[in-house]
Amino acid sequence: MTADKTNIILTGVPASPGVAIGKVFLFEDDEFVFVEKAVPKNKIKEEVVRLQQAMAKTRTELQENQVDLGKMLGKNYAKIADAHMLILDDPMLNKEAVALINEGNNAEFAIYKVTEKITKSFDLINDEYFRERKHDIIDVSKKIMRHLLGKQKKTLADLDSASIVVAKNLTPADTVSMREAMVRGFATDTGGKTSHTALVAQSLEIPAVVGLKNITGQVSHGMSIIVDGNQGIVILNPSKETQENYKREHDIQIAQQKNLEKLKDLPATTIDGKEVMLGANIENPEEVRSVLKHGANGIGLYRSEFMYLTRKTLPTEEEHYNNYLKVAKMMMPYEVIIRTIDLGGDKISKLGLMNITQEANPFMGLRAIRLCLKYPDLFKTQLKGILRASVTGNVKIMYPMITQVEEIRQANEILNQAKAELRKEGKKFDEDVQVGAMIEVPSVAVITDIIAKEVDFLSIGTNDLIQYTMAVDRVNEDVAFLYDPLHPAILRLLKNIIESGHNAGKSVGMCGEMAGSPEFTIALLGLGLDEFSMSAIQIPKIKNVIRSVSMKDAKNLANELLKCNDRTEISRVIKRFKYR
Amino acid sequence: MVEKKLKVINKLGLHARPASLIVQSAMKFSSNITIFKDEYKIDAKSIMGLMMLAASTGTELLFCAEGPDEQDAIIKMEEIFNNGFGEEI
Repeated sequence: MTADKTNIILTGVPASPGVAIGKVFLFEDDEFVFVEKAVPKNKIKEEVVRLQQAMAKTRTELQENQVDLGKMLGKNYAKIADAHMLILDDPMLNKEAVALINEGNNAEFAIYKVTEKITKSFDLINDEYFRERKHDIIDVSKKIMRHLLGKQKKTLADLDSASIVVAKNLTPADTVSMREAMVRGFATDTGGKTSHTALVAQSLEIPAVVGLKNITGQVSHGMSIIVDGNQGIVILNPSKETQENYKREHDIQIAQQKNLEKLKDLPATTIDGKEVMLGANIENPEEVRSVLKHGANGIGLYRSEFMYLTRKTLPTEEEHYNNYLKVAKMMMPYEVIIRTIDLGGDKISKLGLMNITQEANPFMGLRAIRLCLKYPDLFKTQLKGILRASVTGNVKIMYPMITQVEEIRQANEILNQAKAELRKEGKKFDEDVQVGAMIEVPSVAVITDIIAKEVDFLSIGTNDLIQYTMAVDRVNEDVAFLYDPLHPAILRLLKNIIESGHNAGKSVGMCGEMAGSPEFTIALLGLGLDEFSMSAIQIPKIKNVIRSVSMKDAKNLANELLKCNDRTEISRVIKRFKYR
Repeated sequence: MVEKKLKVINKLGLHARPASLIVQSAMKFSSNITIFKDEYKIDAKSIMGLMMLAASTGTELLFCAEGPDEQDAIIKMEEIFNNGFGEEI
């Protein structure tokens, strides 16, 4: 790769939304280096003392961090430093390191070896949350190592102009000394959606992309870079045109942010009075607080998969019920749309479901509603849980990955059985609970008129709809450019879905990422979308866009876009609309 | 020696915060407190050991305390577990 090549796109995991343009601040993590040295018998005691002194210094440093971290991010984050203190005091670390020194090794080697051993066991943990905690341990060990070596680390306090921080991985210790005003975004090699970098970026509301594998090896200090936390991509050496596109996006963000707080309690109404519903997508009940904080008036997508992924056995009806009831109660009087499981057989087979074979192409295989119809008991257990939670009157059921109308009929058949069983058991539920279908497979996007007759509402899942329509895997960077929500085919499908829904008198929502991207809001509004559901933090931004436009203009934009033949024409229409 | 089987009942399982709580409580006792789960045997005063267990809700752990205050130690552990670590159950 040549240094002067422009628009190098790296794909990672979107960890915090937003767009940032800036210069790279390459945060070089001092490698976990050590010099292996034999310690003569008569010096062993001294070596142990040296380790203990380094640990004492680390303790002082952590205590200072604890105060700073609390000030910067609030009490909950100070607990991170708390956990670090416990790791430092952990007998596993202490005893084993001292044992290694007693065998004649130097303190640096001892700390290195013990850390390696512990992190290896953490790598074996199934649960992502716990696995990620190994970074906390490495972090503490690195501190001890630094004190052993007497080195001073270059910290993020050295940032002197607004920069995009690029690093292998960021630890609490790194971010604590960071001056917030100096950071525009993060891009890291490692980490997932629950990594520390992601959490800090979200709480500071700056964009972040993690899991970029080797971005540190491809950038240098001062290089131009764009972090697109909405799409999970990073662009190195962006071309002028790309910079302009992103600059515009960035300006919108800044302008919006100023108005965001005022928007919370205002309706999502266009200038000429059309109101749409803005809902949030959630994975677990803990997120409801943030949903309400951001002014959502409903949950447009409750992904129920979380319950299956964090455990080793299938959840019981009671567990489903308790989970959903909690969310439904907290959200009263707003609606909660619960999507029945949208998982592939690979995930479920780990929970003890038998006879599931390895699939060559899981995205086109036995998943979601297909899996549920093949294993009706699995499905019925969940449906009974949802039905019982529906006593609150604000719960709706949604089937994912519908491909043909028969699936809805079969699913409703099982739903009726579930209702009959509950009646027999004397358990209450909402007799009029509404049922909807997700439109995310192109086949039903074409025959939405047939589907709409059989359900109470429709919700468009754009991530899959675009992926299946365009035949593109958007995490494959060679073809990701084909993933285009404004492709004429996608626009025509959206138009057909929404019109077919409305013709049958049914509301049409959208819960894919497109619904939470401000760049598409007006076009979707113009196409007639009734409900937008997105990640909670996007809501104020989308609301701002809706409140700034009239339905008349939105319809015009949608009509203009529908006439476009290619990407150039689309860009021209959008540009003209923005500067109208 | 005192033994007691204790069950993780909070919804989120034994994540970082409950693990810290167990360690901090265990440290107040001079007895050795050991936790057994499957093939694991870990020290209740070890935060890393506890996290390695990755014990989700419903998991049963066997606690063994040995020392001058073994009885009190187990009572305290039982209290913490039955309280769901002060979290949602």
